[in-house]
Amino acid sequence: MRDALLTVRDLKIYYRTLYGYVKAVDGVTFELRDGEVLGIAGESGCGKSTLGNGLVLLKPPMKYVGGEAILDGKNIMALSQREIKRIRYEKISIIPQYAMDALNPTKKIKQIVDDLLREHNSSFEEKRELIEERLAIVNLSKKVLNMYPIELSGGMKQRLVMVISTLMNPDVLVADEITSALDVSTQRSVVQMLYEMKEKKAMKSIIFITHDLAVLYQIADRIMVMYAGKVAEISPTEEIVRQPLHPYTKMLLASLPKIGVRFVNERLKGIPGYPPNLLNIGPGCRFRERCPKAFAKCEQDPPIFDLNGRKVSCWLFERGDGR
Amino acid sequence: MTRKEFAYFFLRNKKVIFAMCVLGFLTFLAVVGPYISPYKDPLAFVGLGYQPPSKQHWLGTNTFGQDIFTQLVHGLRTSLFVGLVGGSLATVIGLLIGFVAGYRGGWIDELLMMFTNILMVIPTLALLIIIAAYLPYRGIFIQSLIIGFTAWPWTARAVRAQTLSLKTREFVDLARITARRPLKIIFGEIMPNMMSYVFMVFILQFGGAILAATGLDFIGLGPTRGMSLGIMLQQATLWNAIQLGMWWWAITPGAVITLIVATLYIMNTGLDEIFNPKLREM
Amino acid sequence: MSFLVVQNLTKEYPLGLLGKEKLKAVDDVSFEIERSKIVSLIGESGSGKTTIGKLVLRLLKPTSGRIVFDGKDVFSLRKEELRDYYRRVQGVFQDPFSSFNPIYKIDRVFDMVFEEFLPEVKASERKARIEQVLTSVGLNPSQILGKYPHQLSGGQLQRILIARILLLDVELLVADEIISMLDASTRVDILNLLGDLKKRGMSVIFITHDLSLGYYISDEALIMYRGSIVEMGDTEKVFRNPVHPYTRMLLESVPEVGKKWDLRERFTPELIGGDSASCKYYDRCPIRERHCRTAHLQMVEVEENHKVLCLKAGA
Repeated sequence: MRDALLTVRDLKIYYRTLYGYVKAVDGVTFELRDGEVLGIAGESGCGKSTLGNGLVLLKPPMKYVGGEAILDGKNIMALSQREIKRIRYEKISIIPQYAMDALNPTKKIKQIVDDLLREHNSSFEEKRELIEERLAIVNLSKKVLNMYPIELSGGMKQRLVMVISTLMNPDVLVADEITSALDVSTQRSVVQMLYEMKEKKAMKSIIFITHDLAVLYQIADRIMVMYAGKVAEISPTEEIVRQPLHPYTKMLLASLPKIGVRFVNERLKGIPGYPPNLLNIGPGCRFRERCPKAFAKCEQDPPIFDLNGRKVSCWLFERGDGR
Repeated sequence: MTRKEFAYFFLRNKKVIFAMCVLGFLTFLAVVGPYISPYKDPLAFVGLGYQPPSKQHWLGTNTFGQDIFTQLVHGLRTSLFVGLVGGSLATVIGLLIGFVAGYRGGWIDELLMMFTNILMVIPTLALLIIIAAYLPYRGIFIQSLIIGFTAWPWTARAVRAQTLSLKTREFVDLARITARRPLKIIFGEIMPNMMSYVFMVFILQFGGAILAATGLDFIGLGPTRGMSLGIMLQQATLWNAIQLGMWWWAITPGAVITLIVATLYIMNTGLDEIFNPKLREM
Repeated sequence: MSFLVVQNLTKEYPLGLLGKEKLKAVDDVSFEIERSKIVSLIGESGSGKTTIGKLVLRLLKPTSGRIVFDGKDVFSLRKEELRDYYRRVQGVFQDPFSSFNPIYKIDRVFDMVFEEFLPEVKASERKARIEQVLTSVGLNPSQILGKYPHQLSGGQLQRILIARILLLDVELLVADEIISMLDASTRVDILNLLGDLKKRGMSVIFITHDLSLGYYISDEALIMYRGSIVEMGDTEKVFRNPVHPYTRMLLESVPEVGKKWDLRERFTPELIGGDSASCKYYDRCPIRERHCRTAHLQMVEVEENHKVLCLKAGA
């Protein structure tokens, strides 16, 4: 097993509101290994975006409440502003969800890149060759450097931000829903480009956040399924798909339409109900209201059980085999 | 936001509370003042001139021996009236034109916007001066009307812009496929979503009308008879109140006008905080 | 029995400074819909599928062409006839939160339907009917009525919009990407709801960019590309035997659990071509030939109920 680049233990990030704390990320533990793509999947409100953004860009109303995230021997959640500035972008970077809106419309791309690099003791000229190399991977012509963001299409901006976020070759790249707003054909090319960039060592490991399990199946080595602020299951991709452990994962996979299944022949089932309100939420398994297998013990917080390297947070696996 | 939430934030916003108190007091003064003042006619010569504030004359007298407090409360009535009528008129015209132009689009939009732009380009003050100078008799109602008819263009443009963006929202499409008439959609779907904006527009128009009226009054084109804050200001300036040391005359009208308009703007800022959650201090 | 016929429908938008150039959002599209059928309109952004939906719902006016519903030209309808049209043809849109006016309670969408279409129904009867349609879409009226949109989830809101339609005798529903903003676990349930509606006699134009959804629920599929239908027909046939290069490319791009892409292979479906070629897919087409630039295109039948707009089909 390869070394862990990022170790996250019992991380808690809450949102402070007028009415109390929304426990968006509530005790999340996982490891990101060197050279792997870890997919984080889950539906709206599960905390995956909060987790991804919290690791790189923690700011109000997000509040770091507990636990740790160790990168390069340091807990990056508890660093001073100065130290964070050095780590962010250089060691851990992010392609944010609405990346296309993140580009300053009044500056040329070249200027935007230069401004950013200068904050990290570099410059456009210094990285020129690398920039051109990366642009080629994402199939963008060098001409874009002299254009303004408004002249580019959404897909082009997305790919441009992919390049910009990884110019310093960070150890960890967080990709937050980078394919969600794209057409099906563009989606595939973006996933492929990301893969190519990783092969060419633009980053060591990737945390790929999305609600689309089918996309994760294509690129992730391991998948972490989140539900209502907690981790439901972490397993290697093939195993989680062939034999999902957590009832939520099972039901989620079963509800995905795929080519080959038609309503007239087989009626797929969704998961009835909806996720709990995370405002001041109490103890207990968060899926128990919707889980067909819920029983008395589920009123207590389930710990994370380890089954041959697969992690699952469900009382059904207390004795190791799902009975 | 719900009415409950609105009330919650409304009652806790310092700016709004302050503004409501000041405006409430001034309105009270305008309504009740003329009755509590010992003198009934603001233009009557009731005492010796040049008197500083005293028990007989609460704000003193001007050069001619007219009671300043009486003038103030009558003038306040006039100015608030012009603000209300002129401001309302401008708001209503601006809203109507803005909504219709924004919602209908096409040639109606082009026509209305052409008209709006022309009116916008003409210097309002010059227009007001010309109209006012031609009128044989100027009452405060006429003054409110001409101010109202010239102050609406910026409102129309802003409302049109908001309408254009709201028009593309899917609940408007839903209303259309429910066979709703366009006018019902404008007033039932679009305008209520802009209520906060409409409110704030009215406040600005109110203040703007008062200032416009004061401007006209100051150069002598105010109401032919009667008293307003602007007329007081004009007279104080014409008769050298400052140079003669008559601070009770020189400062009063200007200070009150400033107080009204400034308070209105503070109210607006406060309202913006209430309606725009990002500006609220949590 | 075809009750909706779309004939040579075109919608153009003027571009550029003087509006000289034209963007053809919908370009000479023709198709028919029968009763009790679900037809998917599948395409990516810019394909024109949403525009067609809006045209059918009369939210836009066409530049040319006709839409004929039950024998009458839809754009010639006025007043009472138009009202009748909306009694039978309705729509549900993509963004549930945008479909509700945020300042009103959700009850209002039902009230509006009664006001405009069923004014004779008395208040007590109205409440009963509202509760009945809410239950039939799987919602609990006591948890829904009296609430504001922001207090409910996207899935609940979409169901409310479908319930609204059940107050009327809707024969054709235009569903424009109605589940793309919903969570994966709710999507299938809403789709199943559409399938149930079809069994009750409703037809649905299901607009989507997601091929797996189209495959799951529809009887027929229309694949759209830049304003034109490039392939159409029985769903099973179009998906099992895709002929048009674009359809094939789309099917290859759909990520599927269990089927892995070869990520080492460069996949660049980039366009940025001009509209100069006669076939719109010319710039990206792997099997193009010289005459595809200029020859006139027509639908070619490759098997029963399966047509393709390609010069090399049936060859």
